[in-house]
Formats: sequence, structure tokens, C-alpha cells
Amino acid sequence: MSQHNTGHEHASAEGHGSLKSYVIGFIFSIVLTIIPLVIVMNGLLNKTQTFITIMIMAVLQLIVQLFFFMHIREGEKPRWNVMTLIVGIIIVFTVVAGSIWIMSFNSTMQ
Amino acid sequence: MAHATTEHSHAHEAHESHESLKVLGFWIFIVTDILIFGTLFACYAVLHTHTNGGPGAKELFEMPGVIAETFILLTSSFTSGLAMLALHKGKVKQLIAWLAVTAVLGAAFIGLELHEFVVLVEEGHKISSNAFLSAFYTLVGTHGLHVMIGLVWMIALMIQLSRRGITEVTTRKVTNLSLYWHFLDVIWIFVFTVVYLMGVM
Repeated sequence: MSQHNTGHEHASAEGHGSLKSYVIGFIFSIVLTIIPLVIVMNGLLNKTQTFITIMIMAVLQLIVQLFFFMHIREGEKPRWNVMTLIVGIIIVFTVVAGSIWIMSFNSTMQ
Repeated sequence: MAHATTEHSHAHEAHESHESLKVLGFWIFIVTDILIFGTLFACYAVLHTHTNGGPGAKELFEMPGVIAETFILLTSSFTSGLAMLALHKGKVKQLIAWLAVTAVLGAAFIGLELHEFVVLVEEGHKISSNAFLSAFYTLVGTHGLHVMIGLVWMIALMIQLSRRGITEVTTRKVTNLSLYWHFLDVIWIFVFTVVYLMGVM
């Protein structure tokens, strides 16, 4: 830790994240885990409110990981990684929401 | 002299962009993995109430173990980030040390998960018991399998780093491993939320 490689350190600070950004990301991720945990374990909100809150927390957590840890904004333009990720998320959303919708529709019709 | 330098930097650039193309390729792999998990999540969402008269999520899940697993995995995501910082500072020993910490945390996660599965199976809640448990073991087990593959990869990479040091190739490999590890953390957050938190609420 006492070694200081300032030249290198400076170059790497841009683009690859810094200790500060990793620590902030880590704190965010811990807080975003504790909030839904406390809400669910103590039954602070009703079912719908809990559902919405914990899903929002999970999505925020995803965003924290993407920006603070996975450095989604890095890389050359055009950002193919972001584009493939968006396509993937759209397909997943369609599959998950579509399955839930069609299967619940099916069970009420029986 | 000047000519030689430019030529070298050209070759360097070409190699660099080739390596970054491989990182993009890894992003595309991650997206295909997201599709696999998305399908398993859809399956679980549809089947989680189909317990065939057996106990449901609320009765089965033990939250203390799951909470421990979650914080262990979050911390390992952070330590793999610290490994990336060490990589870009060119400190190979620090890099291997942080990878080792990450691997230990990953192993602890797997240990807790296996323990959870063993306890459930011993109580008679097997993968074949009902549709809910089939979907549960498949979804959570697939994530666990990914973590185990990540561990093997991490150990292999630690050996390679100790032999070859930090090169362009090992830099790309560590970058991909770190992406993979953060991605597993993201998937776990959704497992934690959808399977466990929604299960016990």
C-alpha cells in the first residue's frame, strides 16, 4: 500500500473507475439490500407496496452494478455492449411478463 | 527511430482493439446468459404456487442463511472490483490477493447454498416433489453452477497471473472474469428479491 505509482494510477483512474467509485457503489448496494430486507421482514408495507418497492430496489441495484462496477459506459462508440444489453432486457421482459400474463389468464379461465 | 515507434504503436493499437473486441464478445455472451436466467425466472414466476399440497416458499425458506449469502456475494463483487483496480495499477501480487479473497467469498457462498439444499432435501423437499421445487432448484441451482464455474476460472487465472504476470491477454481475461462476477451478483439480487423476499413476504 505504501508504494505509489502515481503515473499509472492517474492513467487508470479515468475510465476504469477509482477506489472512491467502487466504495460508493458498494455502499449503495448494501443500502439497497438492507431497505427491502427491513421492509419485508417487518411487514412495514402492504403486499402491493412491498412488491413495487422491492422491485424498484432490485432495479436500482442492477443500475449501480452496471455503472459503478461493470463500467457500462466504457468502451468505444458505438456502444454495442449497451445495445445488446438493451435487446436482451427487452426479450427477458417480454418472456417473463408474457409468461405471467398468459398463465394467469389461463388459470382464471378454467 | 520515429518510424519504428509509430509502427510499434500501430501494432499495439490493433492488438488493443482486438482485445477490446473480445470483451465485447463477452458482453454478448453475458446477454445470452441473461436470456437463460430470464426464462428460468419466467418458469419460477408461473410455477411458484404449484406446490401439489406441499409447503410453499413461506414455510420452506430460512432467511438468515440467504441474507448471509447475499452480503457475501455483494462483498465479493466489491473485492473483484478492487482486483480490477490493482490490475490497472499493474500490481500483480495485489491483484492475485484480491482475486483470492473473492474466491474465498465465492466458496463461502457456494457452501451456504449447498447447505441450504441439503437441509431441504433431507426434510423431503426434493426437486421431483412438485413444480414449485423443480423451478426453484433449477433457477437457484443454475446460478450456483455459474458461481462454481467462476471459481474454477478464477483459480486458473490466478495460476496464470502468477506465471505470466499482467499482459494484454491476462488483462482481458481478468476484465471478463470481473464482468462475469458482477453479472452473477446482479442475477443473485433478482433471485434474492423474486424468490426469497417475495416468497416470505
